Amino acid sequence: MTHITVMVDGVNYADHVEPRLLLVHYLREVVGKTGTPIGCDTSNCGACIVLMDGVSVKSCSVLAVQADGSDITTIEGLADGELHPVQRAFHEEHALQCGYCTPGMIMAAADLLRDNPHPTDEEIREGLEGNLCRCTGYENIVRAVRRAAEAGVAP
Amino acid sequence: MTTTTEAPGAELGKARLRKEDARLITGQTNWTDNIKLPGMLHMAFLRSPFAHARITRVDVSGALSQPGVIAAFSGADFAGEQGSLPCAWPVTADIVIPAHPPMAVDEVRYVGEAIAVVVARDRYAAADALASIDVDYEPLPPVLDIRTALDDGAPKVHEAGNKSYEWVFASGDVDAAFRDAPVVVERTYRQQRLIPCAMEPRAVVAQWLDDQVTLWSATQIPHVLRFALSAFFGIPEQNVRVVAPDVGGGFGSKLQVTAEEVLAVLVGRRVGKAVKWTESRSEGNMTVHHGRDQWQRIRIAADRDGRIRGLDVDLLADMGAYLMLVTPGVPLLGAFMFPAIYKMDAYSFKCTGIFTTKMPTDAYRGAGRPEATFAIERIMDELAAEIGIEPLELRERNWIKHEEFPFTTIAGLTYDSGNYEAATAMAKELFDYDGLRREQQERNDRGDPVRLGIGISTFTEMCGLAPSRVLGSLSYGAGGWESASIRMLPTGKVEVVTGSSAHGQGHETAWSQIVADQLGVPFEDIRVLHGDTLVSPRGMDTYGSRSLAVGGLALVGACDKVVAKAKVIAAAMLEASPDDLEFSAGRFSVRGDPEASKTIQEVALATFAAHALPEGVEPSLDSDATYDPDNFSFPHGTHLCATEVDTETGFVKIRSYVAVDDVGVVVNPMIVEGQVHGGIAQGIAQALYEEGVYDDDGNLLTTTLADYLVPSAADLPSYVTGRNETQASNRLGVKGVGEAGTIASTPAVVNAIIDALRPLGVNDITMPCTPERVWRAVQSANGGAA
Repeated sequence: MTHITVMVDGVNYADHVEPRLLLVHYLREVVGKTGTPIGCDTSNCGACIVLMDGVSVKSCSVLAVQADGSDITTIEGLADGELHPVQRAFHEEHALQCGYCTPGMIMAAADLLRDNPHPTDEEIREGLEGNLCRCTGYENIVRAVRRAAEAGVAP
Repeated sequence: MTTTTEAPGAELGKARLRKEDARLITGQTNWTDNIKLPGMLHMAFLRSPFAHARITRVDVSGALSQPGVIAAFSGADFAGEQGSLPCAWPVTADIVIPAHPPMAVDEVRYVGEAIAVVVARDRYAAADALASIDVDYEPLPPVLDIRTALDDGAPKVHEAGNKSYEWVFASGDVDAAFRDAPVVVERTYRQQRLIPCAMEPRAVVAQWLDDQVTLWSATQIPHVLRFALSAFFGIPEQNVRVVAPDVGGGFGSKLQVTAEEVLAVLVGRRVGKAVKWTESRSEGNMTVHHGRDQWQRIRIAADRDGRIRGLDVDLLADMGAYLMLVTPGVPLLGAFMFPAIYKMDAYSFKCTGIFTTKMPTDAYRGAGRPEATFAIERIMDELAAEIGIEPLELRERNWIKHEEFPFTTIAGLTYDSGNYEAATAMAKELFDYDGLRREQQERNDRGDPVRLGIGISTFTEMCGLAPSRVLGSLSYGAGGWESASIRMLPTGKVEVVTGSSAHGQGHETAWSQIVADQLGVPFEDIRVLHGDTLVSPRGMDTYGSRSLAVGGLALVGACDKVVAKAKVIAAAMLEASPDDLEFSAGRFSVRGDPEASKTIQEVALATFAAHALPEGVEPSLDSDATYDPDNFSFPHGTHLCATEVDTETGFVKIRSYVAVDDVGVVVNPMIVEGQVHGGIAQGIAQALYEEGVYDDDGNLLTTTLADYLVPSAADLPSYVTGRNETQASNRLGVKGVGEAGTIASTPAVVNAIIDALRPLGVNDITMPCTPERVWRAVQSANGGAA
């Protein structure tokens, strides 16, 4: 077992974990952040994306021990009093149906807009290539990211 | 059409933002895998690495000594209680339905079939211990190709042989239609095997308390599952509760009674603790039922002017290794749809269901209807090419005219409503059909290596499953009704209980809109409850685009009863006769004296107090209703797709996609548009990207999302949608929308690719139309001179 300290959504956690424990399992089962779901086991679907020190990572492809000392933001910690512009845009543009891919999609979109505050539709599509959605056909996801960009996402 | 619909209310047709979203965008969700119960244990399954083998020994004792392992069982350990997974659709009297134990005992028949289960303190420990189970196999030959599986001497999947059933249907004189027909076109199309890939993997939790069990499952069908656990696995129905918490997509794949659900219940009882199992994606790709997988031989006979005389269809359908819940019935849902929107003199259909050593097939978005629509819409293009007329013109010459509804098709279905002319005209305009045809000609003339193709799909479907009497006539094992309850709370708020079980469709929003109009209460005052058999004891659940067209009508029926009860009480409050009251926008008023009125909320409070109810009136407005439709519903539409096909690389780019759908009256246009988008994407995925592939030994090669290409945003186009509306003959005028896009889009895309390449001599490409396949088709058509 390895000792790690991780900040998750503004709270400090200190835990002993197996070195092989995936970050996503640490978040879901140790910390209780079940808002971050798991959609695959080959890092193709992106459902499990969280921000690690401000940058999006697929938490199924990071070991909990690699997150030692880092600051993690999950979908549960993205709203700061009020909804993040990307969250609000997903609601307003009907960019989710079953909602299972949504946490990862929103986190990826937030990171995309941090990199590129005014993406074209094509840049949005390319930027979200690592996130799979089976319900929406992506049309409204693209619209939502565009709307969030127009609303201006705080850096 | 002679249909009566409700007067439009304030809510119907409004693009209400969804009530469901708040929890989903903030991660406050309740997926089954989130559930943690005191003392809960985790299960992991040992699965067959062989497509076909005899099991001669299973020894789980090695697993028992592993750290954290509480128990381990083989199929033999449950031989006395695990029974057989049910097939609810014995389509013929002599159908072969092999025993299907949840854990194999003597023989495995597909890669991934469960053999043993480990129960441990956590999921890592359970998975680790699988390696300590010893199994001896005697490999048997796999059966992988349905075209040769019925040959003499072919290896057998089951002792009874590889044929499950043969189902036939004929209407009109098919021989006469084909005899001396000036034009006959015959084609064989492949419907590749698809893997549904709902984003949420399956998960189950089972907890026994005394003699009662609660099963949480990522399922579309909590009610059917409860019935099945009782009817087929001997647990008294009153002791079974099934909960479908938030469910992350289904597309038919969670319309199943699965081995893992049954085993969670049985293992939980054996170990006396709550147990949980969550599949990995690669486990799921192997063991969630697959879709499609047919060979379709289709012949069409026509006059020189394109008038269709007859249609003849001969299907081979891959059942996989066993018949699951509705496996054999899926092709039959297509049987009635091959004639589509076209008039003809005769039609015959035959389907042979064949066993192979692969994962069973079952319902996948559209279930039978995409297959049928693909074949007819593809061969319409081939017929048009053969005769030398415009493919849209050929369709128009044959389709049912709008003034001919209701129209009984050669397959015996009565289409109640539709307007193919109007939908097509709108689609052509949105698409700039004539402009694209001109561009196509110009590019062909100058020998552009990137060819433009235009694909057409003028589809219809039967959905809103389904009239119970029709299901009975097709030997289906249950009815097709739906149930709803309205609870008027004392403060005037409303709880709506539905037997539909949403998993992304937005019922909490759309059902609120319907009830708000019917009862005249605010949208915000309504809460919709579903997906828990303790809360919603009666239901037939969500599949087959049935929730609105059946469940929505049940809501209306329940609201009627609430209003009728409330009217009697309101009359007493107003000292008037109930016959003199009218109800509008939530208010009962005395006809001719609008000042004398009571709101339904005032009536609800008075009913709760019950101080002054009329003699014999019970103090409750709560009402239940069950609705069984008279007919299916028949959404239709015209989808047009423009593809740019690079003849040098085989790469296909969808340049534009227009979908005009007629789904009847629309409750929430935002949700409807979303369903159309997602449906189109899934159909495009079949056309271009997805295929479940087994190798020659029967190993599934597409176990991950790296191998099985669910498209991303970068792989799909933007869609232009339009809507035409003809009202269905039910009180809301609604049809269904869940499957329409998927049914329509696959042939639209493939027709566009073939249209681009037809001048080069290409008239078919097997799906998915990958760059390699497109390139090879161009090469072989050109003798290598592309």
